Amino acid sequence: MAADISSGGSSTITTYQGQGARMMLPAWVIIGFFLVLPVGMMLVYSFLTKEFRGGVIWDFSLAAYDQFFFDRGLFGDEPPKIEWTYITIFWRSIWQAAVATVLCLLIGFPTAWFIATRAGPARSIWLFAITIPYWVNLLIRTISMKFLIRDNGPLNEFLLAIGVIGEPIGLINTNFAVQLGLFYSYLPFMVLPIYASVERYNMAYSEAAADLYASKWAALRFVVLPIVKPGIIAGCILVFVPSLGAFLAPDLLGGAKNFMIGSLIEEQFKGNAGNWPFGAAASMILLSMVLVVLAFYARAQTKAGDR
Amino acid sequence: MKLALKLGASALALTLAATSAKAEGELSLYHWFEYIPQELLDKFSAEYDVTVTMDTFDSNEAMLAALKAGKLGSYDVAVPGDYMVEIMIGEGMLDSFEPSEVSNFGNIAPQWVDVSFDPGRAHSIPYQWGSTSFSVNRDVYAGDINTTSILFDPPAELKGKINMLDSQGEVMALASLHLGIPQCTSDRDQLKALNDLLQAAKADWASFGSDVAKDVLVSGDAAAGMIWNGFSAKAREEGANIEYAFPKEGFVVWMDNVVLLKDAPNRDNALKFMNFLLEPENAAAVTNYAQYTAGVTGVDGFLSEAVTGAPELSPPADQAGEFVMACDQDVQEVYDTIWTNLKK
Repeated sequence: MAADISSGGSSTITTYQGQGARMMLPAWVIIGFFLVLPVGMMLVYSFLTKEFRGGVIWDFSLAAYDQFFFDRGLFGDEPPKIEWTYITIFWRSIWQAAVATVLCLLIGFPTAWFIATRAGPARSIWLFAITIPYWVNLLIRTISMKFLIRDNGPLNEFLLAIGVIGEPIGLINTNFAVQLGLFYSYLPFMVLPIYASVERYNMAYSEAAADLYASKWAALRFVVLPIVKPGIIAGCILVFVPSLGAFLAPDLLGGAKNFMIGSLIEEQFKGNAGNWPFGAAASMILLSMVLVVLAFYARAQTKAGDR
Repeated sequence: MKLALKLGASALALTLAATSAKAEGELSLYHWFEYIPQELLDKFSAEYDVTVTMDTFDSNEAMLAALKAGKLGSYDVAVPGDYMVEIMIGEGMLDSFEPSEVSNFGNIAPQWVDVSFDPGRAHSIPYQWGSTSFSVNRDVYAGDINTTSILFDPPAELKGKINMLDSQGEVMALASLHLGIPQCTSDRDQLKALNDLLQAAKADWASFGSDVAKDVLVSGDAAAGMIWNGFSAKAREEGANIEYAFPKEGFVVWMDNVVLLKDAPNRDNALKFMNFLLEPENAAAVTNYAQYTAGVTGVDGFLSEAVTGAPELSPPADQAGEFVMACDQDVQEVYDTIWTNLKK
């Protein structure tokens, strides 16, 4: 995609005839200015020499990538070993994002199915209800979540009052709290695409499956899922990708004890570290990972289209 | 002084006092989040017929990053902490002025005129100062709290219930005081000891958070927490049964300063504003709002009772705090590695 744009877009534009080309221009300008330029700048910065306390020196250097992959000890003069620190941080973020995505899917799919199978007016009301919490800023919602699950918050007080637990369950400052926060933050991104797929699903297929003695599970597995799969994949990507770079939920609900990808990168620009090339390199590595995920999606989509 | 909520804090711009379009001039201020009362800005606008615009930041490092990324030349004054003033002087980001250009220069408290980070005050004036140590919930722990062991080798009652400031410089400084080693040491054994200390102590900590430092003490999420003195006073006023410690190993003092930025578009108004802040009445207004301590003499008559009676603001006379030092590059890189190790 990037190659198309950087080659001036002329080859792409000529494939559109007449007015279309000119109509596309604003879109290309926006993509070029807000996507290609910043990402290109990041790519360049990741190969420059860091300036102490932030900034870059315009000398080519692989130091940022070296720092990411090789451990040279506390003082930087030991023979290089494989650096596990950043792999650990990335793996933690991927795991948190994956759990949040699965949680969203487990709750989001039945929800979307429920909404899509209501009658017209009721459907609009349910959809509306899904979006209401999202009128409030993400920061405020994350803080509210913190209030709810803290040791002397309403959730624990309620469970204590009805005698389910003897002492507060320590939810706050755990990985599960982070997963819960991510799940809550991004649930609609799962529900809405699945809803869009299910809405177009023809219920006659399910009836046909039932007529042919398919069990409910078999009908779901072999009839429904293949048809709504694009919606599920889109939902998973829309939840997984922002979860990967999230820093609010880890900071507020997880207690910021461990870096996530987002906070690691933030630290390079806003913290004491002031290592811009390393922040840029970590961003590029994250971006590459996201592109791989998207490539899988594109392939799955193409296959679905072939059928 | 990092009261800010992380998200959007630095992006939030307040345009103030647009009382009339024909104001005499403008002043562009780059300041901490929630650190100056609105009334004081309005008062300055009215007195000098100047339109004030303020952007806010939430850490010294975030401010430095923004200025480096091209904002220098668009602001007149900023409010960096002590070590950051030194760094900004080193980076050539500050303009200088003569004491004669600021008629209230004589109001600066004598001990804050010739400071290590800006000898003779050629670039800055004091804003507020305070200390950083920690507070302990007295319902949870009744023993002696005036030792840094509370954070780095906590008693059983406090294990797993400690919040640390998410601030590398201050954590490293307190840890160094605990070990009795100099800040920014380049001695390898001492740096290793620092790394080991933090690794071991981390197991006893519940969370890192600066903006939430007060909140977790008030809510009881944390039974002890590293905190700034004024912030701790506010937590106490909000009902937390906490006591602020002045540990025998030492504690961190800090001072925020108003600096004149290089290429300030409104240098004259910047100096007027600095002069304005050196008026005892105005300095006291900031103190009453933020609950730290002014660096100006003659404020006593203007202070509120909440401030004059606060134990957090009166360190024992025989104990001196230590400023956070700005380390040189080699040591800072090791510090960064230690910090990343701590949070990996």
